[in-house]
Amino acid sequence: MAGTTLAQKVWQSRTVRPGVGDEDLLYIDMHLLHEVNTPQAFDALRAAGRTVRRPDLTVATEDHSTPTISVDRYDPVEGRRMQRTLLRDNCAEFGIPFHRLGGPGQGIYAVIAPELGLVHPGMTIVCCDSHTTTLGAFGALSFGIGTSQVEHVLATQTLPKRRPRDMRVTVTGTLPPGVTAKDMVLALIGRYGTTAGQGHVVEYRGEAIAALSMEARMTLCNMTVEMGSAAGIIAPDETTFAYLRSVLGGSPPAGEEAYWRGFFTDPDAVFDKELALDAGELRPYVSWGTNPGQSIPLDGRVPHPDDFGDPALRTAAERALSYMDLRPGTPMRDVPIDVVFLGSCTNGRIEDLRAAAEVLDGRRVADGVRMVIVPGSMRVRRQAVAEGLDEVFARAGADFRAAAGCSMCVSLGEDRLTPGTRSASSGNRNFEGRQGPGARTHLVSPPVAAATAVAGRLAAPGDL
Amino acid sequence: MRSFTVHTGTAAPLRRSDVDTDQIIPGRFCATHRRTGYADGLFGDWRQDPGFVLNRPEYQGASVLVAGEMFGTGSSREHAVWALQEFGFRVVVAPRFADIFRANSLMAGLLTVTLPTGRVEALWDAVEADPRTEVTVDLRAMTVRAGALHEPFTLGEDTRARLLAGLDQIDATLRYADDIAAYEQRRRPGLPTSGTAA
Repeated sequence: MAGTTLAQKVWQSRTVRPGVGDEDLLYIDMHLLHEVNTPQAFDALRAAGRTVRRPDLTVATEDHSTPTISVDRYDPVEGRRMQRTLLRDNCAEFGIPFHRLGGPGQGIYAVIAPELGLVHPGMTIVCCDSHTTTLGAFGALSFGIGTSQVEHVLATQTLPKRRPRDMRVTVTGTLPPGVTAKDMVLALIGRYGTTAGQGHVVEYRGEAIAALSMEARMTLCNMTVEMGSAAGIIAPDETTFAYLRSVLGGSPPAGEEAYWRGFFTDPDAVFDKELALDAGELRPYVSWGTNPGQSIPLDGRVPHPDDFGDPALRTAAERALSYMDLRPGTPMRDVPIDVVFLGSCTNGRIEDLRAAAEVLDGRRVADGVRMVIVPGSMRVRRQAVAEGLDEVFARAGADFRAAAGCSMCVSLGEDRLTPGTRSASSGNRNFEGRQGPGARTHLVSPPVAAATAVAGRLAAPGDL
Repeated sequence: MRSFTVHTGTAAPLRRSDVDTDQIIPGRFCATHRRTGYADGLFGDWRQDPGFVLNRPEYQGASVLVAGEMFGTGSSREHAVWALQEFGFRVVVAPRFADIFRANSLMAGLLTVTLPTGRVEALWDAVEADPRTEVTVDLRAMTVRAGALHEPFTLGEDTRARLLAGLDQIDATLRYADDIAAYEQRRRPGLPTSGTAA
């Protein structure tokens, strides 16, 4: 009999009851909440006279529709104020630990959960956000859910779910200098498309993955959802254990590290689908269109719709070029940029801020360009200040925000772009209107974001 | 939840692939805490175009949406499902759906039916040739019928039974409350807890 994959080992260990039909009932080890997709779940819970089964396995934060200029900034939009008030009230009513805006542990849910030591190998983790896949970087099975499922997990601490198929992405070689995990994932989606991972848990392995820091692994798993996947996952290794020892104050509970070491894919396990990538061939990547699959190397040119054999892809390219106001054949490096955004659950961690600061140090953001830097968490912000990154940003003329949150990645709060504005964003989505109605987004890595801010057009650090 | 057995209605052909939930309901329409009030926001930006399929008179009243490859990618916002339902859709047919959108739709009672690309194209052609074409989606027989087209589809047995009965998923799960309690008894004590509020 073939061996078992890492994802299936987690699945089996968390199965409360195997399905009578196609779904298994899975136990959820940690449930993360935020203000946007939860009020309706709590209302339904109350209406049905139900309660929260395990508030001790539930934690809430404010991140999506929050202000970032100041913690105390008055939000003129009643709906957003109400979402946050309701989250605070719901957490108080049901005894759920809550990280209030500006509090020491507050930030984007996917940034704070690892910082707080809430993510261990082998766990199941859900949140009402598609980028929950981020936490697969720890060898946890983590996936995004909707509001009805939030209600279900609150009430039962479980989720009925169909067992996903297994997919393996092997990344060989070594990333060239200046090329990041963000480029790796954009290259992967650009090459294999937005449907490549649908219905699968994607396990990343290979020497290029082993060489990645925990933060880079989180970036990679974060965008795995953009290839349609249920989740991304990476087997825990010494890098993982060192990170966990550090956030857990030196040592995990007795026996846990040995337990974590049991979560790996057996050598004879069989995957339903396999893809490969050579990290040594990668270069900085950038998106040209309106989904993350429409990405090419920065040294490439805007494609022509006729480059796509598949009629659906050709039609999509025509639409994307029209929305993005780009002419086929234009070198990506010639595309001028109005706004640069650094932050988000993809690239709002300390390593991302350091990478940008390295590029910005001793340089200035180009005239007419606005660069907004939003820390992924208050802990990231404190660390950036301790390292003097805030001063580097200030000298460069970048706007380093006081509060942590999703900000301009999702534009649910006041940070959003005006129609026609073109941005280079370290976020995860370049969908139409994502950063504001009519806004045009190019997805980039943190070093490319910083270099673009200095050059005023899409650029890599080597171009400066 | 309203039960779903057989639904017959006209269809709107949405000839687009990779339709993300930011398009189905743009973020600015989600700044509310209610579960209703999203119909006007459905495809809020695309509906600015008078030629957009949902603005065309021949597709008014359609209750089956027929979309391209990979419908519902992106954000987990269930508002996308609520907006489709409130606008009047009971079924979305597409070759493939994003996982979270599909889970959301089946929890909320919006039936998502996958058909092969060629069959979706045939459905588009039929509906465009005659927008009055009636599409029947039969969850008991597990078929989609429209004119000459008669196509089976699949859905997990648990989900099908729950939708047919109009059962709330939480009630269905609570039948296994003893299993959940037993599982909790054997959970590892070293697993993290969310602790106290900071």
